[in-house]
Amino acid sequence: MTAIKIIKLTKSYKNLVAVDNLNLEIKQGEIFSLLGVNGAGKTTTIKMLSCLTQPTGGDALIFGKSIIDNPLDVKKLISVSPQETAVAPNLSARENLELICGVYGFQKIEREKKIEEIVNLLNLQSIIDRKAGKLSGGWQRRLSIAMALISEPKILFLDEPTLGLDVLARTDLWDIIRSLKGKITVILTTHYMEEAEELSDRIAIMRDGKLLLCDTAQNIKQTAKADSFEKAFVNIVKGVNL
Amino acid sequence: MRMLTFAGRNIKEIVRDPLTLCFGLGFPLVLILLLSAIQANIPVTLFEIQHLTPGVTVFGLSFMTLFSATLISKDRGSSLLQRLYTTPLSSLDFILGYTLPIIPISVAQSVICYLVAFALGLQISVNVLYSILFVIPICILFIALGLLFGSILNDKQVGGICGALLTNLSAWLSGTWFDLNLVGGAFKSFAYTLPFVHAVEMERALLLGEFTKILPHLWWVLGYAVIFLVLAILLFLRQMKKQ
Repeated sequence: MTAIKIIKLTKSYKNLVAVDNLNLEIKQGEIFSLLGVNGAGKTTTIKMLSCLTQPTGGDALIFGKSIIDNPLDVKKLISVSPQETAVAPNLSARENLELICGVYGFQKIEREKKIEEIVNLLNLQSIIDRKAGKLSGGWQRRLSIAMALISEPKILFLDEPTLGLDVLARTDLWDIIRSLKGKITVILTTHYMEEAEELSDRIAIMRDGKLLLCDTAQNIKQTAKADSFEKAFVNIVKGVNL
Repeated sequence: MRMLTFAGRNIKEIVRDPLTLCFGLGFPLVLILLLSAIQANIPVTLFEIQHLTPGVTVFGLSFMTLFSATLISKDRGSSLLQRLYTTPLSSLDFILGYTLPIIPISVAQSVICYLVAFALGLQISVNVLYSILFVIPICILFIALGLLFGSILNDKQVGGICGALLTNLSAWLSGTWFDLNLVGGAFKSFAYTLPFVHAVEMERALLLGEFTKILPHLWWVLGYAVIFLVLAILLFLRQMKKQ
């Protein structure tokens, strides 16, 4: 089943086309990565798909709901973990989770059950009553993802989820993302090639707002005639060996 | 339900900030105590407790602008607001969620000011309840200013403009610290085109039980509150769209 259908999606500013006529289909349960150098249009694409920014052309359907005509319906199906850690600093980790449950309209009993489940899933027991602003970067990121998951979204957008994390925190988060495979459609943007290769079912490479290629990591390496994914990415973005 | 959850979060963020307690409660109380001590040694009508308390109460409310603007600008600066924009919260939920939590904080601040004033000799009367009730339109005026500044300034700019400039200007132009007739002329005329002196004079009239005198002042306060609120909503929606 198709989770996201992107049709000629475009976002232009005065002198810049940030996303140019993007067409893509993403299947339900897929982990899908958007790759590209800075300014490629990855974050703008995610912002449009999550109804934060209005497209200037085209549309996208999230489980059949248009991001332009039905943004409120779309918002009930998605969740976003933004690039920077998005937590309320003076609230405890538990209160942050309660906040998200509340804004999605969960009643008290359901809320407590969901918090318990997500705490167990992401091993948040040791920090659950600590102030979010006092947590380390790794724990804040983990809490941020817990806040994105607790509403049980059908689609989860992760914008640079492991940016600035140490190796251990990063591999921990990879395990969490892997565990979502098949259950939630995950759209991931990242600058880390190994992260995209390790986690993704398919990868889309963008440059200057345009889609250059969309395939599995293995097929992308073959297309780019490269022995590593990083080389393949560089070849594709630079247009070498194609 | 959604809005109340968001409002609850905002109350927690404000009251858990130690600066709130220092400036929001501590500073007005210090001023009441200090000026009452001065009045005890050098009697000045302006600093008699029944004149001073309404003025300090209104001065304390000017910190509500700082609290609401700081909260909104910090939320804008972090990704939290961006995350919340992708949830089913509506624009109205955001505006009410930022506005409503500060009303009980304002009322609590005024109640504490009056309790201290009782200890300093203010007569206990039902008029105090009216004074506290009419704090609500004044605090909406200051909250609207907070929503307005929080939507256009970053948290550092908010500290300078709302924390220093607005609190001082609203104090000087309110007739709390000195009688505006002493300066007179353009300064006095200018002060009376703004809502701050009207807010203080309305509160003084209520406390003294001179209810016929509140009306011109109440219209000024309500008029400015509506103008600031409409402007604030427009600017908040604009930044929401830009986000």
